[in-house]
Amino acid sequence: MALSRRIFLRGSAVTMVGAGAAPLWLQRAALAAENTGKRKKVLVAIFQRGAADGLNIVVPHGDPSYYSLRPSIAVPRPNAAKQADTAVDLDGFFGLHPALSPLKPIWDRNQLAIVHAAGSPDPTRSHFDAQDYMESGTPGLKATADGWLNRALPPAIGKPSPVRAISLGPATPRTLRGGNSVVALDNISTFGVRDQASAEVLKSMYGGSKDALLGNTGRETFEAVALLKGIQQTPYQPASGARYPVGKFGESLKQIAQLIKADAGLEVAFADLGGWDHHVNEIGQKASVGQLANRLDEFGSSLAAFYQDMGDRMEDVVVVTMSEFGRTAKENGNRGTDHGHANAMFVMGGAVKGGKVYGDWPGLAAEQLYEKRDLALTTDFRAVLGEAVHTHLGNKTIQSVFPNYTGGPEKFRGLLRT
Amino acid sequence: MMRKLPALLAFAALLAATGLAAKKKSPATAPGTPTPATPAIPQLTADQKIVHALDRLAFGARPGDAEAIAKTGLDAWIDQQLHPETIAENPVLEAKLAPLETLRMSTKDMLQHYPSQQMLKAMIDGRLPLPEDPQAKAAANAAMARFAKTQKANILGVGEKGDEAKSNGPQDQRAAIEKLPLTDQQKQTLRSGTREQRVSLLTSLSTEQLLDVIDALPGSMQGGIAAQMPPAVRRHIQILRSPQQVVNQDLIEAKLYRATYSNRQLEEVLTDFWFNHFNVFLDKGADRFQATAYERDAIRPHVLGKFKDLLLATAQSPAMMFYLDNWQSMGVESPANKRNGKKQGLNENYGRELMELHTLGVDGGYTQADVTEVARCFTGWTIIQPQRGGGFAFEARMHDPGEKHVLGVTIPAGGGKGDGLKVLDILLHHPATAHFISKKLATRFVSDNPSEALVAKMAKTFTATDGDIRETLKTMLGSDEFWAADNFRSKVKSPLEMVVSALRAVDADMDNPQQVIGLMTNLGEPLYRKQEPTGYSNTGADWMNSASLVARMNFASGLAQGRLNGIKVDPARFNGAADQIERSILLTDPTEDAKRAIQAGFDAQPQMRPDRIGPAIAGLTLGSPDFQRR
Repeated sequence: MALSRRIFLRGSAVTMVGAGAAPLWLQRAALAAENTGKRKKVLVAIFQRGAADGLNIVVPHGDPSYYSLRPSIAVPRPNAAKQADTAVDLDGFFGLHPALSPLKPIWDRNQLAIVHAAGSPDPTRSHFDAQDYMESGTPGLKATADGWLNRALPPAIGKPSPVRAISLGPATPRTLRGGNSVVALDNISTFGVRDQASAEVLKSMYGGSKDALLGNTGRETFEAVALLKGIQQTPYQPASGARYPVGKFGESLKQIAQLIKADAGLEVAFADLGGWDHHVNEIGQKASVGQLANRLDEFGSSLAAFYQDMGDRMEDVVVVTMSEFGRTAKENGNRGTDHGHANAMFVMGGAVKGGKVYGDWPGLAAEQLYEKRDLALTTDFRAVLGEAVHTHLGNKTIQSVFPNYTGGPEKFRGLLRT
Repeated sequence: MMRKLPALLAFAALLAATGLAAKKKSPATAPGTPTPATPAIPQLTADQKIVHALDRLAFGARPGDAEAIAKTGLDAWIDQQLHPETIAENPVLEAKLAPLETLRMSTKDMLQHYPSQQMLKAMIDGRLPLPEDPQAKAAANAAMARFAKTQKANILGVGEKGDEAKSNGPQDQRAAIEKLPLTDQQKQTLRSGTREQRVSLLTSLSTEQLLDVIDALPGSMQGGIAAQMPPAVRRHIQILRSPQQVVNQDLIEAKLYRATYSNRQLEEVLTDFWFNHFNVFLDKGADRFQATAYERDAIRPHVLGKFKDLLLATAQSPAMMFYLDNWQSMGVESPANKRNGKKQGLNENYGRELMELHTLGVDGGYTQADVTEVARCFTGWTIIQPQRGGGFAFEARMHDPGEKHVLGVTIPAGGGKGDGLKVLDILLHHPATAHFISKKLATRFVSDNPSEALVAKMAKTFTATDGDIRETLKTMLGSDEFWAADNFRSKVKSPLEMVVSALRAVDADMDNPQQVIGLMTNLGEPLYRKQEPTGYSNTGADWMNSASLVARMNFASGLAQGRLNGIKVDPARFNGAADQIERSILLTDPTEDAKRAIQAGFDAQPQMRPDRIGPAIAGLTLGSPDFQRR
């Protein structure tokens, strides 16, 4: 219609890419810049909100203290006869919670690594503060305005893709806030203003708005909508028969996969999964049932589906998981665990030197515990994220991504092929 | 009308004609007072103050609200809002709440009439007697029959989420309808009839038939059919389908109805604020049916009263004790624990959040040792049979009888329930609490970054009045900062504020809030469903992002153009010129950019049907940057 053409031509810097490598839909989108239409390195950050119990997720079955600290909620030692209800052995000392068995084949292909006793060095046991510190990337500093994943983006060359940084879900997480534009979306296929006539007017209204926050959000939104329109036209079919589980988290990873494969210019993505705060009845009658098992089932089968779906595109991708802190080494009075300290992080990707649990194991004997109650910390989470930013995204300015971190590449655990 | 739009609209000052007369009072307490000779902070104009008050102390303006306030005076309106019991309630609201009977039931009664799955199972297994009340007994019998039936249907293990797992393809729907015990014509109506035809068909069926029909349909279609029914039929269908869900639905619908229609707006804003402060999560076990009484009895009566009463009521509520697990916390050295071989023990969850989130704030100066000691003090604060709607009780056998040390205070051994009360007393009188609560109120009502001076002034009042919330708010409302020109529309609306203010601005008649309830999830604020104890953010900027913006824009145009199920907006409301429509919604002139964009947009669409233009302009105004702020 006349309106749309007029506003479009006036309101946007139209850059047509030459017909060539770019997919057809990108040429149609007319918004493609030099940053769309080719493969990019992608870092996917996963946040397990609520303080996941690292000790029951990556189980130190070789540490006898683990079983004495958790008489009623420990995951039993690996036992081939009772596979479904015992730890899945990784290296003779650590094992995965049985609900994470879908991740075992990735481990066996050396594309999944674990860093244990990792996390934030800040002593807080407040969910809110600890999430804030982990997301800002500056433990102990509340004034940091932006998030580490936003700062992790390398300087843009040319016009950046509008979907360079995305978060799945109805809000922009702290992790991604900052100077580089970020798009939050719930669902690619419904992302956009349905009423076409209104869409054009709103686009021009927000485009010209002097309200900095609303104007910028609006401009970023409409650019992303225009770019994603092409993707929306064909329903997404995961590759290799990958089946994402029902639920928001699987849906989020599916959409990230879709965006990566569309070469829309995605470089960093964020998704989260809540419900890990298990103060009561963490484990059911057997390890394979109960609250933790349910969460892990969704977590593990979503990651496994993503891996399968991505296929060899996994070469471009590193997925890192984190949670604000771990849980008490000793179970509490209600077959649950209270707020603790260090935790376990997963790192998955084609460039990952996997099949190995990284980090120094501090032990769970009484004198080895942090403040006499929690798993002690031996790897700062910034050493893990820093390595992904430095080695995978190629952003070498670790000091600006993690401003109050004194560690550099010498602290990296060597998780990634360089 | 659109085309008559003058190129440059005259800047007619809002409400200029109403001649708002500011009353003379001391500057500290008179919001309507003209700025003094040397204003510390540039103040809002008298007209802006009315809009500001409606934005901040209410969920936005309904048509006519600003004019009414201009007539009675802003001070008088604020004073009334601070005393909600003096305000006659809106009969429209009362009519909408009347059918939602669970709102007025005790938790026990509610569970009798609207049994949970667990209770139904217990009744079927004979572990629980049927209710004595004949009506409740009949309801329970019907629900048990249904429960048994769905259990059979779900035998393959789809469990609670059965509906989601069902296939919903068009062929399934067709096949499901084909199998129904209905005439061919009735099936045809069900497949492709109009809304009216379907309603009249379904209302003509017997309860038994209706159930069969609803049961036979795939999950997605059940909801769709229910959504088209008038409220009474819809409720009936839902009671038959899942009585427990009706309880949640009543609670959530009532929140939207009240926020939209109540004349006691400040009370609604504060009920939202305090529930969120003392957050519980509706989907956690017993809170599915404890939340109704929690809001009604523990939160609402105290929202303008003493903070102490709120704190005590929440601490002694089964909803909070369940949500933060304290009901199971067992003194390690308690008699009950000794008897069972010390198998159980402390749970720190409530003890920690009580200090971090309810009183002192995270920087309030407590340590991990304090958390553990507070948890010891609250052992025995429990619930009798939470899954059966039981109430709060102190159980001495679970209580740790020893001496405790909390924030430097020694609590002697043998204090029993008094230990917990003592902790609440220490926390109430701790200066960190006065500061934390004042800052949170100021963040919600004044600005995302309230000044330390304002917070200190409010905290002083809070301390001097033994935690009187009304007085603390009065101090805030008497400050220049509240009425500062810079604070006009400085806060981004939360999803609830945006949605409700839009419904109010266009005087929507909402019969079925289900679509809005679903939208709240897309906007990131599912009602009563914030899983974390932090509650939702009071910082406006946290709510702005592309996903939310798109959802807001779609809601705005859907609402104004009458496309939302169960929500009627009179299109005649938008018969005026563009600037008139815009101003009726914003109460101020729109920004020049917005005005220009709207005009250009419609100039370019001469083919648009004239009767569609007004609603479209209203939708654009509701979706504009201006309307996203308060």
